[in-house]
Amino acid sequence: MIIFDKVNKIIKKKFHIIFDLSFEVEKGKTLVLLGKSGCGKTTTLRMINRMIKPTTGNIYINGEDTRTLDPISLRRNIGYAIQNVGLFNHMSVFDNIAIVPKLLKWDPKRIEKRVDELLELLGFKPGEFKNRYPAQISGGQKQRIGVARALAADPPIILMDEPFGALDPLTREQVQNEFIELESDINKTVVFVTHDIFEAVKIGNKIALMDKGQIVQMSTPKELIEHPKNEFVDQFLGHHRFQLSLMTQSIRKIVTKEKVEKKFVRGEDSLSIRSLIFDALDILKKSKKEKLPVFDKHKFIGFLYKKEMRKIINEVIK
Amino acid sequence: MDNIFSFICIKTWEHLQLTFYTMFIAMSIAIPLGIVLGRSRFRKLSCCILRFIALLQTIPGLALIALIIVLLVFIRPIVHLPTTGFFPGITVLVTYALLPIVNNSYVGIKNVNPMTKDVAKGMGMTSRQSLFMVELPLALPVIITGVRTSLVWTIGLATLTSLVGSGGLGDLIMQGLRSLQLNLILAGTIPAAFLAIILDLSVAKIGKWLEPGAVKRVK
Repeated sequence: MIIFDKVNKIIKKKFHIIFDLSFEVEKGKTLVLLGKSGCGKTTTLRMINRMIKPTTGNIYINGEDTRTLDPISLRRNIGYAIQNVGLFNHMSVFDNIAIVPKLLKWDPKRIEKRVDELLELLGFKPGEFKNRYPAQISGGQKQRIGVARALAADPPIILMDEPFGALDPLTREQVQNEFIELESDINKTVVFVTHDIFEAVKIGNKIALMDKGQIVQMSTPKELIEHPKNEFVDQFLGHHRFQLSLMTQSIRKIVTKEKVEKKFVRGEDSLSIRSLIFDALDILKKSKKEKLPVFDKHKFIGFLYKKEMRKIINEVIK
Repeated sequence: MDNIFSFICIKTWEHLQLTFYTMFIAMSIAIPLGIVLGRSRFRKLSCCILRFIALLQTIPGLALIALIIVLLVFIRPIVHLPTTGFFPGITVLVTYALLPIVNNSYVGIKNVNPMTKDVAKGMGMTSRQSLFMVELPLALPVIITGVRTSLVWTIGLATLTSLVGSGGLGDLIMQGLRSLQLNLILAGTIPAAFLAIILDLSVAKIGKWLEPGAVKRVK
């Protein structure tokens, strides 16, 4: 759990960049810090692992004031992934992931096991990728390795600063979806910085919309879109209100559960129980089918029918 | 004939010794200095030191030899240092060899992507761990290039320091010049050129071997 208590940051005694910031991130939840560039979201993130010291105010992690903790060991216990990857080009994929466990002086066998585990978790074949270098893998793969690295020492908290910012839209969506699946598994407290409202809505349990070093509105994605607090929030949502509200809901509620004895193999046109209505629409349209199979990981759950989708859309339009 | 051949061998050996000592001393001064300057927060001081070393480089080789000998003679009453032979030779060569190494170490360390350093810090590396695990490996190819430049210069200049009795292949060339014997000049020049090529290539090989895998494979 992370608590900000009236945190201020003033640079060079002149620039007040964070203004009386107070908020709380619950354990196991994802908070997205959203805002235009220069609004202080990255500064806020970096204050959590003491890369930046707050001028006044306190930050508590699991009840402990971060000022009283040793910054080096604090950072080793917080996962950190940033924009443009930040993978070390001179180290193999294995060495990149193993950095923090090595700093924490884990047993080599344990490190090896952990790296294999993580690579598998993120959909890599360990034998194939371990010894490659960052220059030999694609942008999307690098980004996923970056996530694996942040998870390496199994930290309870993960900080991510626009980790998917440099990807092309297609790869980006894919990595985002994978991250959502992963997040539901690992149960970490995540603080995620982005300027992309779509990404925020997709990933966050809560969104804190920031402007000029203050939080304008902090609420669930649904509430943010349906009840914007003021004009600024409204402006930030722009013309995408309809799309966004389709993105705040997963298909979980409208899946018709079914028991099928024989094992269904997850194929091309299928959905995850955590897929968003927005994505489901896309796949429905592309596949031109009346129903789509829904899976939780690789377990078949039921079908999503087109008519259910129509109902939901009608509700949103009203 | 046998006599001249063994003479060339002895002189080549002296030349090699000069080069090795020079490179060893120059590297052990210049690499740490370059790293400290590259990581230092005092930008202006770093610039001043780098300019001073660059200034030494602008003095012609012959003039530097003369200057250092005069200087050594001058301080002789206070510190008794040899004014002929190996020592002044090495002093001149080291002075010359410093610049490329310092410069490249400085640039190499300085040009490590700040984002990369930030990640290293964010993951909980101490400043020293960041230097040895991240910054140095990334700067290594640039530093090696500096060492190679310096090495070739040293081998060339070491033929001149025979003027102060440091030995080396310069002796052959000087003798050839005095007695106008072309074969003696060539006997000095050709081994020197070969030395330069062979040593440069072997340092490049060592560098390749040390270089981080990524760089190696991308090439």
